[in-house]
This record gives sequence, structure tokens and C-alpha cells, in this order.
Amino acid sequence: MDRTFERIPSGCAISGIMNVAGQRISGEKIIASISLMHDRSNGLGGGFAAYGIYPEFADHYAFHLMYQSERGRTLTEEFLNKHFIIERGEPIPTRPVATITDPPLLWRYFLKVPEERLYKNPEPVDERDYVVEKVMYINDNIPDSYVASSGKNMGAFKGVGYPEDIGRFFRLEEYEGYLWTAHGRFPTNTPGWWGGAHPFTLLDWSVVHNGEISSYGINKRYLEMFGYKCTLMTDTEVVAYAVDLLHRRHDLPLEIVAKVLAAPFWKDIEKMDEEDRKLYTALRQVYGSSLLNGPFSIIVANSKVMMGLNDRIKLRPMVWGRRGDFYYMASEESAIYEIEPALDEVHVSKGGEPVIVRLKEGE
Amino acid sequence: MPEGRVMAMEINAKGMYYRDLNNLLREKVAEGVTEFTLQGINGQRYLGTGLKGKVKIEVYGTPGNDLGAFMDGPEIIVYGNGQDGIANTMNDGRIVVHGHAGDVLGYGMRGGELYIRESVGYRVGIHMKEYKKQVPVIVVGGTAGAFFGEYMAGGILVVLGLNKKEGEPLTGDYLGTGMHGGVIYLRGEVEKDILGKEVAEFELNEEDYRRLNPLLENYANFFNVSLDEIKKVPFKKLVPVSHRPYGKLYTY
Repeated sequence: MDRTFERIPSGCAISGIMNVAGQRISGEKIIASISLMHDRSNGLGGGFAAYGIYPEFADHYAFHLMYQSERGRTLTEEFLNKHFIIERGEPIPTRPVATITDPPLLWRYFLKVPEERLYKNPEPVDERDYVVEKVMYINDNIPDSYVASSGKNMGAFKGVGYPEDIGRFFRLEEYEGYLWTAHGRFPTNTPGWWGGAHPFTLLDWSVVHNGEISSYGINKRYLEMFGYKCTLMTDTEVVAYAVDLLHRRHDLPLEIVAKVLAAPFWKDIEKMDEEDRKLYTALRQVYGSSLLNGPFSIIVANSKVMMGLNDRIKLRPMVWGRRGDFYYMASEESAIYEIEPALDEVHVSKGGEPVIVRLKEGE
Repeated sequence: MPEGRVMAMEINAKGMYYRDLNNLLREKVAEGVTEFTLQGINGQRYLGTGLKGKVKIEVYGTPGNDLGAFMDGPEIIVYGNGQDGIANTMNDGRIVVHGHAGDVLGYGMRGGELYIRESVGYRVGIHMKEYKKQVPVIVVGGTAGAFFGEYMAGGILVVLGLNKKEGEPLTGDYLGTGMHGGVIYLRGEVEKDILGKEVAEFELNEEDYRRLNPLLENYANFFNVSLDEIKKVPFKKLVPVSHRPYGKLYTY
């Protein structure tokens, strides 16, 4: 019997919780949810994205950094000092956990962009473009340094280990957020290392993913044309940059972004009425290189939204449910019941059809 | 222990690891326990895997993936929703789910019965097969997702579409794609362009009703639904039009 378990039949786990009224809860629940799916991961990666956790620095870009050496930290801090106003810099609090070994140096910085930097050029620079450019520079050029997250009032906490151990290591029960996503990793094609753990982030975007993006090469080359650098050696990275490009920079609504990432098949486009046929034909023509091929279920989030999306033929699982203002998404229904036994509604997700949950207006 | 004697046992499985629970079940079955009530189930996988014989298991909660995989005889009743992979390669027995269920149910199933009260996800009944008296059955009370009965080689699939919303399709795309054995009974109509090119739709004959009626009676009994209501809508059947659709594909 033991031999049959040598190749553990496993395949990543994802989970997400959002309170659409903005009510904040501690990290306990998301840890409980993801840890129920322990056997979907193999200890080579776990991570969390948390929103609303830094209200005292809500207007600052919160940079979470991973350093593999002190030199990386020195060089990065020099760089940050030059390009940002550092309001505060400190080690990210952790506690020793027996199963979490060899963590990198983990620091966070609360940053503001000096205004004069944005007007130096003949054309004013968008502040978020400025931040993206700096994140890409650090990941691509500064040795031993990787930006784990760079959004306002949010942060990514990730590393090598089972997600529940990573959660305890980062003391997530001490944080309060209105939106949490989590990932348990079972790496298949790429190395299990701290920077390669999910979530993948940029600004306040985060992505957790179960599956594999077989179009990674095409997606990567396309995104590089827009200044994104894929440096983290994991396919999921392209999803974070693709949603930033499509939604923030190209102004596509998230519903349409979902239809670019998981585009309808040509045979189904042919059956649409003329208006839709024109729209979806144009989307596939313009954004063909942003199509994600291969099996996936993903939870994409930013400060205002949580979106669940499956590949077009649903090769990975996803269930979503609601109780009052709390929305839940997970790879397995039991992972939702573990933290909310009495749901008002629960649904098995469909391929290519996004489930989009938005923060209520004015929150 | 004498044949036919009932020995019942209740287990509170809240927070129990799936391997410990399955080991306990196997141990107790070997000791002669015939009826189990499992309370507090949430996410434990492989429940009832490989179990043989006349055993009844009532599950309260939502069991994890691959419920009843390779099972050979027992009856499992789930009071809750099911997840993915129920009745994976199941050989004999019966699983009844009082709720909905996820994807890939009855994968490679080769015998026994699976009844789901509500809807099911993608790839249900794929690679099902039959041999002589071993005829696997899946009855779905609601609707089914895409790839229903894909590469099906034998057995019976039934979709009832009860409580289906107006305009909601009975099944998803690629219905019966690559199917080369067995039969799918549909209560109501499907769009012709979702059918796999290996299947065709026919009216039911007497033999069909002889096979289908007991399954509908079971469904009505298990879930307390009116049989007349189920029979109000006429059925169609899908069967493969070729037994060896790929027989000539790789030969010259």
C-alpha cells in the first residue's frame, strides 16, 4: 500500500474569503480553510494574500521583500531610498515553526512616491506605473531580492512549507483583513522556492492558482512588450501581470478580462449574436497572447474585488458560497464548511464563467 | 457471525484524519460491524475505498474526494453534498447523495449505482464500462456539466433535470463525446450541436423502459419525489452509432 502513495495524488489547493461590507477578520479562518485541504499540497509552498491589514498606512505602498542575503537588503534599501520616501521599514514579524526552515530575510517597507518624480518627464507618469517599474527593476536587477507584494493596505505572506505552517510562521492570527486568499502548493514543473510560492502579486493584485499555464511562454513574451519582467520561475506570475495590463492599464472590465484569459472557443463565438460575435472575435484577435491555456482554477483579488475563474473546460475544481456579507471560494466545498457550516448558498463553479464579488460602494 | 445479523456503530469523525478513519472502518468491518453512522464528516477523502460486502454507511456532512473509490458492495448514504470523484472505479454497491456533487463522478465505474439528488459537475460517467451482469448506473436528479459520458464504454447514465431553471440546458457541451457503449437517458431535450459525433438520439423502446423504470422508482423513493412528476416529461436516449469509432483511425 505504501508504494502506491509514493506519488502522492495531489494538486494544489486554493481558498478565499471576502466580506463585501469591509468587516475585518483575523487570519485564523483562512488558515483553517486551507489546512483542511492539507493533502492537496506537498509542503513545497504555501501563502496568503491579506487586504485591509495596514489601516495605519492605508495610503502607503506596502512592500514585502524577500532577501536571500544581507547584500540584497543593502542594495534594495539603497534603491528604495533613492526612489521612494520610506515612512517605515521593519522586519516582518515571524515566529519559529519547526517545519519552516531556511527562510530568507523578510522585510516590509511603507513607501510614498515623491511627487517630483512623477513630473520629471515631459509627460506626467502614472504613480502606479512608477511603482510597477520599480518592482520589476528590483526583481530583475538587484541580486537576492524579490518583491513579495507591493500594494496599498495589503500584503502577501508566502514561503516553502505547508500553508498552515506558513500562516503560523507569519503570525497571521495577529492581522485583520476583509479579504483573504490562500494557496497550498504542489509544484509540478517549477522549483519550490520562497519567491515561487503563491500568491503572485503586483500593486494590490494577487493571484492564487491551482493548475498549470501551458501558454506561459507566449504570455510571458507578450507581457514583456509592456515592461513586465517574469523573474519568479513560476507560471502563475503571468496572471498577476496580465490582469494589471488588461484591467488597470487597458481599462477592460473584469468580466471581459475573464473572457480574455479564458476565451470562448471559436465554435461558440460563431453561435453568438452579431454584437457578441464581433466583441469576442475582436478580443481573441487583439488579446490572443493573453489567453491562458492549460488547466487552471484561480482566485484573483485586488482591494475591491475577489474573482474566481476556471479554465474553459473546467479541468480544476472550484466551489463558491455565501453567508450574509461573507463570500467564500475554495478547491473543495468542505474547506468552506470548515469555517462556515451554514451557508446561504453554495455552487459548483463552471468553466470559463467568472464569479466576481465586489466590495460594497462606499466601504 | 451469522449471516444477516446487524451490528451497528456510530463514529464521531469530526476532525479525524482520513487515513485513521478509513483504517477504523476497515478494522470494524473485519470485526463484523455492518452498519455505520458517521457524524461530523467534513472533507475526509477516500471514504469506503475498497470496502467489500454487505455494509451500510450513513454519512452526515460533506465527504471528501473519491468517496467509495474501488468500492465493492457496500451502500453509502450521504446527508449533505458530495465533492469530486465519487464512485471512482467502483465495482459494486450503491451511493446515494442527498445534495449536489462535483466533477468526475463514476470515473471508470464498472458496477453498482450512484444516485445524486441534485446537479453534478463536469466529466461525470466518463470511461464507464460494463461486462455481462456488471452494469454501472448513475442517476442525476438535476443537470450535468460538460463531457457527460465522455468515452463511455458501457453502463447507464440518467439525467432528470428536475427543478431546472427556464432556459438552463440539461447537460453541458460535448455530451457523449467518444462514447462507444452503454446508454444515456435524458428527461427532455438537448440542443443537437452539443452531442458528440459518435452518438445519436433515439426514442425509447420497451426494453429501455424495463431498464429505466426501476431506476426512476429508486430515485423517487430515495429522495421522496413523485414518480408521476418524473414521468411527466418524455425521455430520449443517446447511444453510440459505432462500436469502434477509432477502429480505423490508426490503421491503413
